[in-house]
Amino acid sequence: MRRTLMPYVPHGDDTVKQMLGEVGVGAVDDLFEPLPDELLRVDFDLPQPLTEPALVRHMEALADANRTDRNSFLGAGCYDHFVPAAVRHLVGQSQFYTAYTPYQPEVSQGTLAVIFEFQTYVAALAGMEVANASMYDGATAAAEAALMCLRLRKERPQAVLAPNLHPEYRRVVETYLANIPGVEAVTLPCCAPYGRGGTVDLNRLTGSLGDAACFIMQYPNFFGLVETKLADIAEICHREGAVLVVAVAEPMALAALSPPGKFGADVVVGEGQSFGITPSFGGPGVGFFATRREFVRQMPGRLVGKTTDAEGKPGYVLTLQTREQHIRREKATSNICTNHALAATTFTIYLSVVGRTGLAALARRNVQNCAYAQYQTTELAAYKMVFEEPAFNEFVLRCPRAAEEVRAACLKKGVDPGLPLGRFYPEYDDCLLVTVTETKTKEDIDRLCEVLASV
Amino acid sequence: MNPEDLSYTETHEWAKVDGNVVTIGLTDHAQSELGDIVYLELPEVGADVEAGGEFGVVESVKAASELYAPVSGKVVKVNGAATQEPALVNRDCYGEGWLVKIELKDPSEVENLKTAAEYKEFIGGQ
Repeated sequence: MRRTLMPYVPHGDDTVKQMLGEVGVGAVDDLFEPLPDELLRVDFDLPQPLTEPALVRHMEALADANRTDRNSFLGAGCYDHFVPAAVRHLVGQSQFYTAYTPYQPEVSQGTLAVIFEFQTYVAALAGMEVANASMYDGATAAAEAALMCLRLRKERPQAVLAPNLHPEYRRVVETYLANIPGVEAVTLPCCAPYGRGGTVDLNRLTGSLGDAACFIMQYPNFFGLVETKLADIAEICHREGAVLVVAVAEPMALAALSPPGKFGADVVVGEGQSFGITPSFGGPGVGFFATRREFVRQMPGRLVGKTTDAEGKPGYVLTLQTREQHIRREKATSNICTNHALAATTFTIYLSVVGRTGLAALARRNVQNCAYAQYQTTELAAYKMVFEEPAFNEFVLRCPRAAEEVRAACLKKGVDPGLPLGRFYPEYDDCLLVTVTETKTKEDIDRLCEVLASV
Repeated sequence: MNPEDLSYTETHEWAKVDGNVVTIGLTDHAQSELGDIVYLELPEVGADVEAGGEFGVVESVKAASELYAPVSGKVVKVNGAATQEPALVNRDCYGEGWLVKIELKDPSEVENLKTAAEYKEFIGGQ
């Protein structure tokens, strides 16, 4: 039994009059009677409306303030990857673009099916059993993971963070925990710049998790390095009673590396921006959250499940909603009651357009370009590699003087050489975090070296 | 309907006293209102509970509700069959679908509970 689903049609005057009559008022304004006058008669200090041409000119002037002409090597949690035209075209279909949160499965099967696909991709990439319908971004996903672990390990008061977990992710975790009595986020000095190398040091980790509900680390880490001892780290965490949370800021890496789930990670969170979402000055992004089946009832966020309808056909619904605000209120696993559906849809469409072998090829290109850049930049006498461990698509480069100065000089020549690390790590104020994705050509990288040599 | 030999709470739990061990479950009224029960969150053996305090959660397809202890004491047994198959509580709430057994701390607390007749009157008004 198929009917035309409810198209969006605003009420006509007749319908409004009828409804007002039913309720017993004369005009719509009468419904606001109970509000105090001073709230109703407000003058907003807004400019006058513009004609369409004037508005277009105004918006174009704002857009012209953007610089998109730089040869940029910025990354650090927000990555420049090529977005195929097919992705934009498909995401722009109004059925995807204008769909709202799927409360009613009867009219939202399309949306629910796409989100189920998203969850499936995330679980596959992370090597985990279940994934939710998405979070806002990688940082809040990490914070929600900390909260989940504090619920799972009620007797433990700490969320322990690796120093090479993205500094902004750490700030967000600290913020989330700040007003909860009896718990705290603690950064454990278990890697550079506090001592030892760029990856988590097992000796410094061992014996430090007695009060930890969780240990949160990044893969690849903020310095771009591949953490190769995940299995050992998982073993230490589990032995000391902590949940292992692995955050992935660059999921392109998951197409070149073994998934964290394979090594014993209990929760895998991260940022999905790399898959089809342009950097756009830092947002919006899309967080992903995956975990073990045994923890699913403590997982925050929306969850789409697959079931059968009254006619025995496969269908999709929001499920396990007793974790959520609208059912459990103060006992909910989180106050999140939505997701980033459009961004999650983009992520899903990007992966289906690029495909399994395509994604692996792209990831390989990232590795190769980064390796070429590492080699070429260190051929310059004044620049040095800081870490020896393998990198995915970003690396830390030591400069002959303050990195902010080097960057400023490079910008004048149309090249953005990377993020001055001193902004987050005072010990590294002479270092840049240089990111090289598949969007860079040999000429781009050679130009970077030319400019670095000249400043 | 509601067994005469049990005591009842206003929050729809029943209690069966046997020496100093009290078996606790959900009433027929509760299971019927809740609908199909899909999940039970029950305490660990050894946990302390307070009369009137929360000791777990019952989740149905419609809602999630707290479970309140009729009496204070220590949990000595948890019904694994019920946590494995929550539908047991719908099918046989006064028998196989019991939830926990508590070692009674203060026997006088039982007097605060309702009789079958008082409970029937209470839910009649609901």
